[in-house]
Amino acid sequence: MYLYDEIDQKLVDERVAQFRDQTRRFLAGKLSEDEFRALRLRNGLYIQRYAPMLRIAIPYGLLSTKQLRKLAQVTHQYDRGYGHFSTRQNLQLNWPKLERVPDILAELATVQMHAIQTSGNSFRNVTTDHFAGVAQDEIVDSFVWCEIIRQWSTFHPEFSYLPRKFKFAVNGAKSDRAAVAVHDIGLHAVKDEQGEVGFRVLVGGGLGRTPAIGFVIREFLPWRHLLTYIEAILRVYNRYGRRDNIHKARIKILVKERGPEKFREEVDAEWAHLKDGPATLVPEEVARIESRFTRPSYLRLPATDAGLEAALATERAFANWHKRNVHPHKKAGYAAVTLSLKKTGVPPGDVTVEQMEKIADLADRYSFGELRVSHEQNLIFADVQLAALHALWQEVKELGFATPNVGLLTNIICCPGGDFCSLANAKSIPVAEAIQQRFDDLDYLHDIGEIDLNISGCMNACGHHHVGHIGILGVDKNGEEWYQIEIGGNQGEIRPGRGASLGKVIGPSFARAEVPDVIEKLIGCYLARRDSEAERFIDVVHRVGAEPFKESVYGNADQRAAHRRGQLASA
Amino acid sequence: MATLIKERRIVADSWHLLERGPKGELPEVPARGDVIVPLGLWLARREELLARAETGTLGAWIDANEGPEALAADVQRFPLIAVNFPKFGDGRGYSIARLLRERYSFKGELRAIGDVLHDHLFFMSQCGFDAFALREDQDPQEALSVFGTFSDGYQTSVLRPVPLFRRRLAAGKS
Ligand code: HEM
Ligand code: SF4
Repeated sequence: MYLYDEIDQKLVDERVAQFRDQTRRFLAGKLSEDEFRALRLRNGLYIQRYAPMLRIAIPYGLLSTKQLRKLAQVTHQYDRGYGHFSTRQNLQLNWPKLERVPDILAELATVQMHAIQTSGNSFRNVTTDHFAGVAQDEIVDSFVWCEIIRQWSTFHPEFSYLPRKFKFAVNGAKSDRAAVAVHDIGLHAVKDEQGEVGFRVLVGGGLGRTPAIGFVIREFLPWRHLLTYIEAILRVYNRYGRRDNIHKARIKILVKERGPEKFREEVDAEWAHLKDGPATLVPEEVARIESRFTRPSYLRLPATDAGLEAALATERAFANWHKRNVHPHKKAGYAAVTLSLKKTGVPPGDVTVEQMEKIADLADRYSFGELRVSHEQNLIFADVQLAALHALWQEVKELGFATPNVGLLTNIICCPGGDFCSLANAKSIPVAEAIQQRFDDLDYLHDIGEIDLNISGCMNACGHHHVGHIGILGVDKNGEEWYQIEIGGNQGEIRPGRGASLGKVIGPSFARAEVPDVIEKLIGCYLARRDSEAERFIDVVHRVGAEPFKESVYGNADQRAAHRRGQLASA
Repeated sequence: MATLIKERRIVADSWHLLERGPKGELPEVPARGDVIVPLGLWLARREELLARAETGTLGAWIDANEGPEALAADVQRFPLIAVNFPKFGDGRGYSIARLLRERYSFKGELRAIGDVLHDHLFFMSQCGFDAFALREDQDPQEALSVFGTFSDGYQTSVLRPVPLFRRRLAAGKS
């Protein structure tokens, strides 16, 4: 955990006082709806059709058990007993009362938490790899860089009223587990030949209604120039980003309209003035931030554990869980563990107060009192001793968080959809459930192997359907709920050689009841065509193209043409 | 006369803001009095207005979609430059203000005009505004308290050119 110093704490406390005053003036009629809206949104407070929603920041997904217990208490006291972990590494509460929100924020401030800039046209919570600091392929500890950026972006006086929201991701390892190519700015740490750390900077990626893969504006930005360079990007965006049309206001549109080369020139011209100025980072500051992170006091342990090996050899269920939900660690004798929040029948990401408390107890006993929230809406215990894995598994199983499906088809990313969201075209949670029920045979799931299936209830793409290997999008046809299916999306270069890509729609959409069948056909097509178990669904789609998959769902091109003619004739 | 907050006090305002006509026509410049003219007017009639500027009774205002670049060589001719906020959520004026102060070293009065509201004064002042023509319905007395909203800030700004991390390090060393 990064521990606040006095100034960090004071700023958060001052924010609570500011919002308390704003809420008071709104309730007293001194602020219009419109004016208050802009202020409450930057404190994470939405007012939706069903109820308000408060989005609490979990900076870069890192959480202490003290904070989790506070979240549990707040959820219990001010909400209906459960919260929702989102793909932006936030916790969302769905029924807080407006008048009580300042009190909630004050409670959060006591454990160094807040809801600053979790919504509105502001610089949002920075997200990163959920294995930061423990991954074997680490280049830098991305938490340190996320915290530097968190500080720089918090209450930035010049960039507090951007044309639109601004999302930032940092990846510090070789594999991109932070989806840097689909963020307004993505940083991917790299080292140059001398071993100096820098960042590959991507700009203009994003999902939503105009999905885009970010372009590389700079191959290598030395770390000390990080803040001045992003300041230059943000200034160009703040001045020239479109403000006339909310759907064209993201930086990706500016980049597209200017052309990447022209955009780069403008940023460089601006940067020429800022480069080497006072905001240039110094090693002492990086060291200071690093030193304010608490670190697990790891024991010296052997790289293997005989008890673990024995259990893996004899207990199949444990071995299955270990295969999917336990991940390698850079320290010998430790592993990272995913607690799956994707149990069939439960909305993905939902956690009750009791579960939060139990998770906090487990994290205290097994993982140095810390946990992470992943953008796949799971929780991670990053530092578990190999010797403790079996005991942890038994306890996690009891809680219902041991579904051994991480990386598999049933580990679905899914937005709240029509059950909760006023913008939805269609429900998404029941679709996820139906797919999870159809694919409930674990052996079959393991055989299918790694695949991302993502569902959004409308084109706002909260469920990241564009970057699912299979993406499902709820659409509205004459007031009915239909589902469009895409294949070929990929969130980032998790495996070398297969970078981020956007999915393509395979054809006409389906009724809800048909969706599990369609998924089954797509999977069948993949299994029939893969070279080996190592070749994933996404790899096959890119190797053989979409045609065989379309055929498996709609029949071959002749059949499809005949079908269309039939439809025309009957119309 | 609209209320003006200047250097954190409520003051009377002697300046008269000249706006463009409904079709964007440039206004006439009255022969006397302190007037703030649209940037476009200054650019169109610069030669003839140079003498007026010498008397210290000419200010200019920049709209959110305009740049301070056009004024770069001339900023020191004006005792006052105003920046318009067409809507409070339009953040371009913050960048314009910083550029005027930091890049073009403008030292005169920098005034926020337009949809200027209580809750935005703090960041505006950080970006270099020292005068605020509040929207009419705002309570100027209450607005005076807003400048102390945050006791510090992480970034470089006009009021705090040295970022917090450098000040922290300096404090840690002493
Ligand atoms: C329940 C109410 C929700 C509402 C009303 C809502 C609204 C929206 C809207 C309007 C957009 C589109 C913005 C744009 O394109 O610029 C959006 C995008 C997004 N939302 Fe939500 N959302 C909700 C819940 C969620 C949840 C629960 C998550 C996480 C699981 C989430 C994550 C995202 C993400 C990742 C994007 C895409 C960002 C991008 O365009 O790059 N949202 N949301
Ligand atoms: S994708 Fe659409 S339906 Fe789903 S949460 Fe976002 S806005 Fe709502």
